[in-house]
Amino acid sequence: MMKTVPPPPRRKPRSVASGRLTAASGLGLGVAVLWLSLIVLLPIAAIVVTSFQNGPASFWDSVTTPEALATLRLTVGGAALVTVLNAIFGTLIAWVLVRDQFPGKRIIEVIIDIPFALPTIVAGVVLISLYGPHSPFGVDLVGTREGVLLALLFVTLPFVVRSVQPVLIDMERDVEEAAASLGAGGFTTFRRIILPTITPAILAGAALSFARALGEFGSVILISANLPNTEVSSVYMLKLIESDDTAGATAVATLLLIVAIVVLVLLDSLQRVAARRD
Amino acid sequence: MIRWILRIIAVGYVLGLVALPVATVTRSTFAHGLQPVLDSLQNPDFIAAAKLSAIVAVLAVLINTVFGVGMAVLLVRYRFPGRRLLNALIDLPVAISPIVIGIALILVYGQNGWFGGWLESRGIQIIFATPAIVMATVIVALPLVVREVIPTLEEAGTDQDQAAQSLGANSVQRFWRITLPTIKWALAYGVVLSLARSLGEFGAVRVVSGSVPGVSQTLTLYVNDQYQEFGPVAEQAYMTAAFALMLSAVVFIIVIALLRPKENQQ
Repeated sequence: MMKTVPPPPRRKPRSVASGRLTAASGLGLGVAVLWLSLIVLLPIAAIVVTSFQNGPASFWDSVTTPEALATLRLTVGGAALVTVLNAIFGTLIAWVLVRDQFPGKRIIEVIIDIPFALPTIVAGVVLISLYGPHSPFGVDLVGTREGVLLALLFVTLPFVVRSVQPVLIDMERDVEEAAASLGAGGFTTFRRIILPTITPAILAGAALSFARALGEFGSVILISANLPNTEVSSVYMLKLIESDDTAGATAVATLLLIVAIVVLVLLDSLQRVAARRD
Repeated sequence: MIRWILRIIAVGYVLGLVALPVATVTRSTFAHGLQPVLDSLQNPDFIAAAKLSAIVAVLAVLINTVFGVGMAVLLVRYRFPGRRLLNALIDLPVAISPIVIGIALILVYGQNGWFGGWLESRGIQIIFATPAIVMATVIVALPLVVREVIPTLEEAGTDQDQAAQSLGANSVQRFWRITLPTIKWALAYGVVLSLARSLGEFGAVRVVSGSVPGVSQTLTLYVNDQYQEFGPVAEQAYMTAAFALMLSAVVFIIVIALLRPKENQQ
């Protein structure tokens, strides 16, 4: 599919590789596919097969118990809310980092990467130390849904920022200047000129943060405190598998897999539409 | 005016969500001075967990580096049926909950799993042992090296490679003398990312390891298990371990920040 977005100037033309597989590379491909099958394909297939092994009715019963429904609502709803917040604040932060100059900007740049590098369980400990029972502000979010959302916002912070930033850096300023000289205000320029250009990047970042929030476990487990009203699907699946309810755990896993694929495909097609319209 | 409001919102959001909590955990770790921290570093379970985490991370990074470079070369330089599907599959682990990855491994390699019985009859135990911890870690860090190396390989093209070939270099020579120097910074970046991810993996490992202290407890599991215990010793233990992991994460970020411009120069 042709993209009509002007390519960033420094990108060189893509090399056209038309190499046919040789004996050695064919063997390499075989080994790679075998390895990928052993560690990704077969295990995922095992999840889907196991979830349906007692028939579709049993699958349906597993994902519609009141507890399953409650965790799915919290997980999908929470992931959606976090994704929307990330789209807004991530774009705003990327904008400030690219277009604004202030002392300490480089420190903020480094801090943005912390959630990527920090082990998720440490993210949980870190959040609890400030927003837990010993909070210096007296804000205790342990065992609340707000706490779960906070953990999800923490781990997904870099996605939209890091995907919008390079597009803003590569953007030509002359169109904005032209719009301003024709009397467009700051907001109009943003809405009509900047937003259409960065929308594909926002959606790409949003897709990543949705997928991540949907499956997040480590950062949530401590702050959710194993209470029924804060139980996300990952915690629920772990509980089921530890009480030997394999069918139930795999049913929830399969459903989440379907939700993730549907949302990723949806956001990918939105991204293509946005890129074409621009 | 608007510029100031935006600046304050952006900086405030990042500080409140990330920087302040990180600072607070540092302060609480050293709340009773340096001695309790040093004491909890001497805890044999801590030492065993740190060792296991290091071994698992190094093994997982080695495996993913070999796989990642090979996969990147195949995807960029060759055309074959199923290439796009393969390309999409590599990213799959990122979109899946680590708990699901753990459960999936149990279904295939566990005692009652598809291959588990066969493996067990040959005396090979995977689940609740180090192999499963390594496998789980390999899966969650799978795309990191591939995704860093592919763009660099694409930009470099095949001119140099073809020139070397016409001068009689064999494929091993071409790999060591042309391909590897071309991708070196992207590869370094991917390796550091994988190392950080591998050291920090928790959910998938939590499902497959059994978390026996001193045997199959990684550092992240140690943090969690000590957190579940009560009392000041356990509290200091998980704080110290969390702080150690945090410090290593900060080192990784700094290394990444130093590598990034070099990668872009290529």
